[in-house]
Amino acid sequence: MKRPAKGKGLAYKRLTRRALILGGMQFAFVGGLAARMRYMQVDQADQYRLLAEENRINIRLIPPTRGRIYDRNGQVIAQNTPSYRIVIVREDAGDVDKVIAKLARLIPLTEEEIERAKTEMRRSAPFLPVTLADQVTWEDISKIAINARALPGVTPEVGLTRQYPQYEDFAHVVGYVGPVSDYDLSQMEDPEPVLMIPRFQIGKVGLEAKKEKLLRGKAGAKRVEVNATGRVMRELDRTEGQPGADLQLSVDANLQEYTQARLAGESAAAVVIDCETGDIRAISSTPSFDPNLFVRGISVADYQALTQDKYRPLANKTVQGTYPPGSTFKMITALAALEAGVVGPGNTVYCPGYLKVGSRRFHCWKRGGHGMVDLETSLKRSCDVYYYDVALRVGIDKISDMARKFGLGVKHDLPMSAVAAGLAPNQEWKRRVHGQEWLIGDTANASIGQGFMLASPLQLAVMSARIATGRSVTPRLIRSINGVEQPSGAGEPLDVNPRNLEQVRKAMFSVSNDRRGTAYRSRIIADEYRMAGKTGTSQVRNITKAERAAGVIRNEDLPWERRDHALFVSFAPYDNPKFAVAVVVEHGGGGSTAAAPVARDVMLQALYGGTPPLEAYPVADRERIREQQKRLEGDRRPKARPSEKDRA
Amino acid sequence: MSYLEHTVKSTPTGYRKFLYMNWPLTLLLISVASAGFLMLYSVAGGSWRPWAEPQMERFGLGLAVMFIVALIPIWFWRSMSLLAYLGSLGLLVLVELFGTVGMGAQRWIDLGFMRLQPSELTKVTLVMVLAAYYDWLPSEKTSRPLWVLLPVLLILIPTALVLKQPDLGTAILLLAAGGGLMFLAGVHWAYFAAVIAAGVGLVTAVFKSRGTDWQLLKDYQFRRIDTFLDPSSDPLGAGYHITQSKIALGSGGWNGRGFMQGTQSRLNFLPEKHTDFIFTTLAEEFGFVGGITLLTLYGLILVFCLVTALSAKDRYSSLVTLGISLNFFLFFAVNMSMVMGLAPVVGVPLPMVSYGGSAMLVLMAAFGIVQSAHIHRPR
Repeated sequence: MKRPAKGKGLAYKRLTRRALILGGMQFAFVGGLAARMRYMQVDQADQYRLLAEENRINIRLIPPTRGRIYDRNGQVIAQNTPSYRIVIVREDAGDVDKVIAKLARLIPLTEEEIERAKTEMRRSAPFLPVTLADQVTWEDISKIAINARALPGVTPEVGLTRQYPQYEDFAHVVGYVGPVSDYDLSQMEDPEPVLMIPRFQIGKVGLEAKKEKLLRGKAGAKRVEVNATGRVMRELDRTEGQPGADLQLSVDANLQEYTQARLAGESAAAVVIDCETGDIRAISSTPSFDPNLFVRGISVADYQALTQDKYRPLANKTVQGTYPPGSTFKMITALAALEAGVVGPGNTVYCPGYLKVGSRRFHCWKRGGHGMVDLETSLKRSCDVYYYDVALRVGIDKISDMARKFGLGVKHDLPMSAVAAGLAPNQEWKRRVHGQEWLIGDTANASIGQGFMLASPLQLAVMSARIATGRSVTPRLIRSINGVEQPSGAGEPLDVNPRNLEQVRKAMFSVSNDRRGTAYRSRIIADEYRMAGKTGTSQVRNITKAERAAGVIRNEDLPWERRDHALFVSFAPYDNPKFAVAVVVEHGGGGSTAAAPVARDVMLQALYGGTPPLEAYPVADRERIREQQKRLEGDRRPKARPSEKDRA
Repeated sequence: MSYLEHTVKSTPTGYRKFLYMNWPLTLLLISVASAGFLMLYSVAGGSWRPWAEPQMERFGLGLAVMFIVALIPIWFWRSMSLLAYLGSLGLLVLVELFGTVGMGAQRWIDLGFMRLQPSELTKVTLVMVLAAYYDWLPSEKTSRPLWVLLPVLLILIPTALVLKQPDLGTAILLLAAGGGLMFLAGVHWAYFAAVIAAGVGLVTAVFKSRGTDWQLLKDYQFRRIDTFLDPSSDPLGAGYHITQSKIALGSGGWNGRGFMQGTQSRLNFLPEKHTDFIFTTLAEEFGFVGGITLLTLYGLILVFCLVTALSAKDRYSSLVTLGISLNFFLFFAVNMSMVMGLAPVVGVPLPMVSYGGSAMLVLMAAFGIVQSAHIHRPR
């Protein structure tokens, strides 16, 4: 470009002139803004300040009412009850320390509560109410109301708090709620504003946590006019929120209560599944705890007592506890063998008391051996050698596949905390996790549910239900949401030959109905309710050489934590299965003595929908059972407990 | 006069460019942005999240962008002007087709790591292309009708696209910035007089159109104008924001209520307290003193831009610098007028202070161009 250089030419002069004009206009405008600001903030400040103080329009969130939880018959499991709390507004209190001291003379306040309130007050704006005491009794509220004049800035408020009228019975199923913590907020992607309400309760564990969104609902908002002291003068408008959804569980509260009571004193778990729908009728883990303690904020001492208990009351053993299934796994080994065709129901195996695998001897629990055993005898008398033998023929991978088909080693999708997947190992798994080849001895161990094999009581119950029905029954905990029925867990027919299943069922029937069956003593004699089952006793330790040399030590002579787990799985009625029950008693000893009687009692309770008649029991047991029923009745009722925390 | 006629030998090279940067301007930008971090910290209730921290990260990125843009000679930017303008037009069309809908308008393209708002980009590229145009155009032709029509088209095309999103605030800013640039370039007074007359006519037409089939504005836009004219007409609806904003601002008084003590802003009554209404919070918490300080910082930024523009000896540098500073002025002037109840609520953020990524990045890049003009000015 060869334009003549104009230097400070005409165009340049014009640009400078216009730039200065425009700049001048801009500065005039900035000056105008400054003047306006001065007018508003200096000249009219008092007027606006007055407007701000006296006519403070603000938006208040209306916390949604949390959805209630019912059992299958409409009994309340979780509800919201009114609770009184005392709040203090720093701005109105003036001398906060003096007011709190006065208040402390009137009603009992702990150091902790006072400290917490003071910290909270320092952090929040002076006009925001801070909770001083929660769950206050009505008497204390009246004391404050009478002395209102002497306590500026202190007001009682009424709110809703979660309450669990079934106490310990549903602690593991439903879990509990608690105030939102900073940690909770940090875990959330985009926390809703309602969570910022001080001490807003959200689900912490169990169903309350898993279905939090559903139970919480949506917050509404109201626009209110408040005066200088923060008192609401009038409501201008409101948008209604949406209350949380009401959930109905598949669990029967009465059965659940019975099961908890029946298991009391043991560290144990029991699951009852409806074979037709997959409904979980009872899912009990003992010992349990009172979830209401957590809602209020549990004391350090109480919490320590719970965590230090060797029976682990906080653990939900039904879904998060996994145990070697022991002999209850034998049905799976049998089915794998039958399906693969390596053995027929009539084929026999000779049991001399052990099976030599390589250089190692795998023992049968019966030292002397069972002699010639076929499928039915092997299950009835729980012969181990039979299963070592057929398992070695069929191989671990097919057994593992069969286990998964029956719900072992897979995670069932239940809205509860820490649902465990258990373990149904195969060759690939061991290579991946342990970096070792699968050994033939591992197969022998797995065939009788020992070794790497792990299952939760829930999985065992599902397995029983699937054996009973031949369908892939899936557990269902929530029966309906806001009255809308949830899909049933009846499931599709399993890809297993029905004739093989029938053979296994028949063998299970003889376990508890044949005189030589391991669970014969825990049979049901009511004809229409005959029960089929399988006992299991799973080792938690290796028997040392020294022990073996010294002869078998009786289980009862061992310290508690080294005793065997007792297991029992069952279904009934045999002809038309209605319920499947699995019971695990941790370190309870033998499955036939510690687990089977519990399962039978729970089964009868479920079948009769209440206390069963003594005629259902074998004659010899009736006297003992009557005593037991009386004792349990006494334990269970009445359930009157103090509903309000005694603050004195 | 074009930069080609100057000897470029005397412009700094290499690291010496840093020394010749407009450092006072850089410091001013940093202080304004810092005020923004403080306010974002405050409106989040005393927390670096969710706003202050990302904003600081973006400002860091913005500074880096500014430095990079500044180090590249201004003549490179001049030759890029037309391309940049066409690129932003393309993006505007793209956002029309695939954009994300937010707040009732289609404004963003989601890039994954950030949301690109092409209308922000257009504000700068429009200034660039007009500056380049008038640099190229012999000055005696400036006021000839045909040569006036071309820049008018350059302005109207992006304005129409932005208006369709619909984003009235940005459309007005584009018109004003484009018009301002033509004014600076020396287009004859008569044209502006004509446009203003036409504008008055148009406003009348818009109001007449209300309720008819050919209604020119959306209902909510009409309501906003109504409430601006008479906030008390709907104190709980659309007028609510203005009323509350004024109360909060006015109640700040001389010294303000103190950091994080603003009662009005704290009560969540402002829906966009971290973006469009952030000045309200500042004025409530730091009072007249705080507000005037920020205004002074803004004013100083304008002064430094004006000085840079006048000391540049080529038209492109002067025009682009003035255009960018005009844009910046329009930004904060409209926003402040809005929160003080002098203009309707149009959704224009407070530059460098309001929370928002693409606006800030684009502004920093634009200041990079100003810096580049400053560094590479002929001496």
